[in-house]
Amino acid sequence: MDWLNALIQGILLGGIYALFAIGLSMSFGIMRLVNIAHGDLIVLAAYVALVVSQGTGLDPISSLVVVVPVMFALGYAVQRGLLNLTLSGGLLPPLLVTFGISIIIQNGLQEVFGAYTHRLQEGAIETASLRLPGGISIGVYPLLVFGVAVAAIASLQVLFYRTRLGRAFRAASDDADTAELMGIDNRNLYALALGIAMIFTAIAGVLFAIRTNFDPSAGPIRLILAFEAVIIGGLGSMWGTLIGGMVLGIAQALGSALNPNWQILAGHLAFLVILIVRPSGLFPRTKD
Amino acid sequence: MNSDRVERATKASRAFAFVALPILAALVALPWWGEPGEMRLVGEMAYYVALAQLWNLLAGYAGLVSVGQQAYVGLGGYALFYLTGPLNMNVYLALLLAGPFAGLVSIPVAFAVFRLRGAYFAIGTWVVSEVFALSASLIVVLGAGSGLSLTPAIFRQISPDRDSRDALLYLMTLAASLLVCAVVYLLLRSRHGLALTAIRDSEPASASLGVNTFRTKFIIYIATAACTGLVGGLIFLQKLRISPDAGFSVNDWTVVVIFMVVIGGIGTIEGPFIGMLVYITLREVLADYGTIYLILMGIIAIIAMLKAPMGIWGWVLQRYDLQLFPVGRRLALAPSEKPPEP
Repeated sequence: MDWLNALIQGILLGGIYALFAIGLSMSFGIMRLVNIAHGDLIVLAAYVALVVSQGTGLDPISSLVVVVPVMFALGYAVQRGLLNLTLSGGLLPPLLVTFGISIIIQNGLQEVFGAYTHRLQEGAIETASLRLPGGISIGVYPLLVFGVAVAAIASLQVLFYRTRLGRAFRAASDDADTAELMGIDNRNLYALALGIAMIFTAIAGVLFAIRTNFDPSAGPIRLILAFEAVIIGGLGSMWGTLIGGMVLGIAQALGSALNPNWQILAGHLAFLVILIVRPSGLFPRTKD
Repeated sequence: MNSDRVERATKASRAFAFVALPILAALVALPWWGEPGEMRLVGEMAYYVALAQLWNLLAGYAGLVSVGQQAYVGLGGYALFYLTGPLNMNVYLALLLAGPFAGLVSIPVAFAVFRLRGAYFAIGTWVVSEVFALSASLIVVLGAGSGLSLTPAIFRQISPDRDSRDALLYLMTLAASLLVCAVVYLLLRSRHGLALTAIRDSEPASASLGVNTFRTKFIIYIATAACTGLVGGLIFLQKLRISPDAGFSVNDWTVVVIFMVVIGGIGTIEGPFIGMLVYITLREVLADYGTIYLILMGIIAIIAMLKAPMGIWGWVLQRYDLQLFPVGRRLALAPSEKPPEP
């Protein structure tokens, strides 16, 4: 029964990893941009929620009303003002510019908030659980997060395949130059793409910070987890990213059932094994 | 009757050698005229130049943008501490083995991470380094999460009295740094260097001209790992203790190194020196203001990447035909055959 429990916890854990990964997957899928600052942006969203909920008395989830527009605007501005300038010059410029942004966010947060750990308080829902027959209990909060992840990916699928904007995203992803010839303004489109990616990053940041302590240096491991979920699932496939997050979550939960210290390591090892066996992930879609 | 020759040295490089040799001599003599604090700072500069040259060789020439070189700094450090501590090996012998050990570990790592391209290679190498860090924090003989310390008996092997030990450690670091710089320089002057420069400029074109790009990159990856391991061993020999967080720190051993190379000028030998000087200067000048110097480094790196992607030295090269470390070849025509002026 322990194993079944671990399996269920792992699947639910996959929800938050998929949420971490959506923004990364979007910016890679549309702009071929690997955003090294992605993890730090997740943590930044958590700090914005902290400030908003302390300032207004809103609970963290309601604070998303403010956090989401702030992160959208930030994403739009960073892409428009900075990252668009890097997209034509090969591999290094986007990598190093986002590296620079990552260091600026990490150290900026440390200067402003100090190196203390924080946590967002959402109240009773954090510890509520459902009891199922057979001694299995499921946390209400992880279930909620998993539901949000599924809903987020479903809504992105609708955006990509049912709207004009989504068609433009897909066109730019397939062939940016031709899309431009067809009258699409790539600079604006890319800025919108990072803005939308930041909406999901904001949600991921707040939901993770309700369950887990965070501090200014908490970003890089989130970037790595998001990256692992994307690669395991296969580039460019949103549902694949959810599966990738679940695989990662299951590996971590099983590792942690063996020895609590092995959780993160087990996830990394699962990632490396999949990388060696299936380098393009389980459900690859985008060509690199 | 043809007296054309291929020249390597330039006027600038000869002049530079005249300036550089006395500076080098002064640095070698530093233990006899400097303060311990100065020795520590110059020693740090020496190992950062070595790390920067190695990362530049990987990323600037072989196109392998690794964010995981801290793996080999940590492995070198841990190798030294494990061999001298639990295994009671002589410290010099252990130091000699630290590099080859890191190189050996890098072989299976290369087979895994070489499946990833571009930015995915970058994060993949980072994951591997995290695996080493987490493993070290679980292994009891390596001191688990708290790490290992060098016992006084071990560092007394270097020298029983403190002053001469500091001096010896400093000279060893300087020597290792020079060795790394010399290896990088000579490698780039050799035919492998020609292949590397070709890969830097265009990988598909160099492959079509017969450069075995996979093998070249593979060898460079292993060689840099080994050299990084040696430098790692020396770094932690001075720090006297190692922990998973310190040994495999991405910020200390890779991020600042990347900033140095990018700001100084990627794909040049001069760049890492300049970038290191910028970093150390910023850090020392802004020492009282917390992590502001890191934020500033980030901003400068972004500006450099957008406005001068070839860094400070690349900017100089565009204006003046300067090569302080001549790795290229140029044709010197015999006077009679000089083409007419346009």
